[in-house]
Amino acid sequence: MSWAGVDTGLVEAGKGRRLETRRLLYLLGLVILLLSAVRWITGADDLTSSGTYGAALRLAVPILLAGLGGLYAERTGVVNIGLEGMMILGTWFGAWAGVEYGVWWGVLLGMTGGVLGAVVHAVATITFGVNQIVSGVAINILAAGVARFLSVIAFTGQGGGATQSPQIPTRLPHVTVPVLAGGDVFGWQSPDALGWLERKRWFLVSDSSALFRGFMDDLSILTVITLLLVPTTFFFLWRTRLGLRMRSAGENPEAAESLGVPVYTMKYLGVLISGALAGLAGAFLVLEAAGIYREGQTGGRGFIGLAAMIFGNWRPTGVASAAGLFGYADALNLRSAPAVHALVLFAAIALAALGAWYLYRRRFTGAAIAVVIGGLALLWYGVTDSVPRQFVSSAPYVATLVVLAIASQRLRPPAADGLPYRRGQQTT
Amino acid sequence: MNARVKIALLWLLVPVSAIVLALAVSSLVLIIIGENPLTAFRSMVSYGTQPNSLASMVNRAVPLYVAGLAVAIGFKMNLFNIGVEGQYRLAALLAAAAGAAVTLPAPLHVAFIMLVAMAVGAFWAGIAGVLRVKRGVHEVVSTIMLNFIATGIGAYLLANFLRKPRLPNELIIQTRQIPSSGHLSPLTVVGGEDLRSFVLIAVVLGIAVYVLIWRTRFGYDLRASGINPEAARASGVDPSRMIVTTMLISGAVAGLIGMTDLFGFFHAYTLDFPTGLGFDGIAVALVGLNHPAGIAIAALLFGWVDRAAQILDLEGIPKEVIIITKGVIILSVVIAYEVVRRIVQAQEIKGAAEETRRLEEEREAVPA
Repeated sequence: MSWAGVDTGLVEAGKGRRLETRRLLYLLGLVILLLSAVRWITGADDLTSSGTYGAALRLAVPILLAGLGGLYAERTGVVNIGLEGMMILGTWFGAWAGVEYGVWWGVLLGMTGGVLGAVVHAVATITFGVNQIVSGVAINILAAGVARFLSVIAFTGQGGGATQSPQIPTRLPHVTVPVLAGGDVFGWQSPDALGWLERKRWFLVSDSSALFRGFMDDLSILTVITLLLVPTTFFFLWRTRLGLRMRSAGENPEAAESLGVPVYTMKYLGVLISGALAGLAGAFLVLEAAGIYREGQTGGRGFIGLAAMIFGNWRPTGVASAAGLFGYADALNLRSAPAVHALVLFAAIALAALGAWYLYRRRFTGAAIAVVIGGLALLWYGVTDSVPRQFVSSAPYVATLVVLAIASQRLRPPAADGLPYRRGQQTT
Repeated sequence: MNARVKIALLWLLVPVSAIVLALAVSSLVLIIIGENPLTAFRSMVSYGTQPNSLASMVNRAVPLYVAGLAVAIGFKMNLFNIGVEGQYRLAALLAAAAGAAVTLPAPLHVAFIMLVAMAVGAFWAGIAGVLRVKRGVHEVVSTIMLNFIATGIGAYLLANFLRKPRLPNELIIQTRQIPSSGHLSPLTVVGGEDLRSFVLIAVVLGIAVYVLIWRTRFGYDLRASGINPEAARASGVDPSRMIVTTMLISGAVAGLIGMTDLFGFFHAYTLDFPTGLGFDGIAVALVGLNHPAGIAIAALLFGWVDRAAQILDLEGIPKEVIIITKGVIILSVVIAYEVVRRIVQAQEIKGAAEETRRLEEEREAVPA
């Protein structure tokens, strides 16, 4: 391949990315518009309340952290099914250090716990060439066991037990943006402009204010850090030398090695960062969401993170969108049954719009399918008045399967993702 | 011949090193928490060799064994059926409900319940197979998703359709009881512990899997596709069909995981029905090197460790230490397996090279 060829490839990739970002923004705008309309029609105010958006954000953070963790590992070509286990270690170590030394130590040791799991995964898969899925599964089993064992030793008789820690005494600091969302400025209670707008219940205006307010009101400092990690990850992996080298290990390790990139080191780095982020996700769960460690607290969020990463096409903005979507579904499910029911109407209208788009594009089968499913959704909305809770909690997984089934040709994982790599041996 | 013995000894190194390492790490952990490992091991052995403990070991090993078989069938052709967990739980729920809904003579009733379980397991695994073949969705991802979806669907069905009508002050959510024609009575009772008869079905199942994978044309195609899919395709094996069929068989076997508990103990699907057996099955298949005999040994080992560890609490030692022991066994087996595989491969390449050289020398030695 000539250098010129590589160059045009890069330029085109850059253009595609800008288009993708713009398309994502358009889509977000459309979704907000449609949600406002549905809110207005059904009167299910929780559909677009700042409370719901805030809850969605809090629920999305651990998923996003796990998804970004998966992203770092898979971008260097190592599949990390062990995210769940690393997250479990993060919850345990985060809680233990949180109880013993305070919340910030909890954050730090939670990340360290995740890194410990990642070291095992890295040594097994990169140094010894063990199958990555096998190692990940083993780590999930091992991590659950280690957490249980450590709890028995450290928490029994200390106000906790084999399955839970004592209450963590302190919480992480929270921030609220002044003037816009009513935060304090040196003890002065500033006005809550967006909150005032939200309460007016004006079509679209109130709904959008609620969205912004959800991202400004009572944010944990960890939430802020996590949100900043999205652009940071993009910048690091796509705009720095080290990031390029890490990605090259996931795309074509033989070529990277021949150009002098230390592939093993890059893969180690990717997996260790992955573990740190998964550990941070665990720490967030105990320190921020619950204030206590409980066995099974991760509840498969490591796997949802993995799903968010795939859903987001192995890109930071994609991962963030998917995590936001999953968090939103969770939040509605927790807060308001009528809003979940209104979501069915939302799906029906969205499918009708999709059908119209397909019709315009002259893709008649797609149009027919979208319209039929949309009609069924409308029918469902009409004849029922609630959606079973279990369906909503399964929704992220169903959505991921559907996206994979429809668009797996358009998804682009790193080319050497999941393949074992031995220096000096051609893998096929 | 000498080389063969050497290779066999190398393979033997895998389980031996894993057990030695597991014992070492567990001892270390026990020493760190201030317990004497020798006391712990001694009491585990003396408690674990009592007759009722041995019966319990077998009972615990049976579902692990079936789970290991289900996983291994997939592994044999490089398919990762991570979804065994969801397959068996959904299968157990629907089989329990179906079994309670019909009345049949005893052997037929048991067979009917097993058939339903196998069908449900196969169906749920088949989704992943079809998605892989038709839409290119990797089975690891789809089976993980299907596990969670199975949990949701199962909870929904149990709460809304399959639940036994509750008495006013009854809290347990469960399906209706299966009538006694759908139970399996224990083979024998050892020291107060039932030895459940499903172990016989498990043995038959193991033999059937062995014959299917190692002694039939289908099994040969399956293993060939696992080792070298391109070569298998060139020799006329349809990879898509193999993937779907393998997932169906793996799922059908997975459907049977919950049966020993259903026939022998619960007689209904309840919320405290054992979970996690699917993931344990992955561990058992890995430790058993994907061979029915190896899986049997691994399942019995895990079953024994589980049972024998129950005594540790009486000694004041947290029995959870055995979870670490098992974790170390799993990790060291997979690493040792990989290392040995590489050494054996190098040996074989060297052997083949020597063989070629010898043949060439012989040819040159023949006068023209």
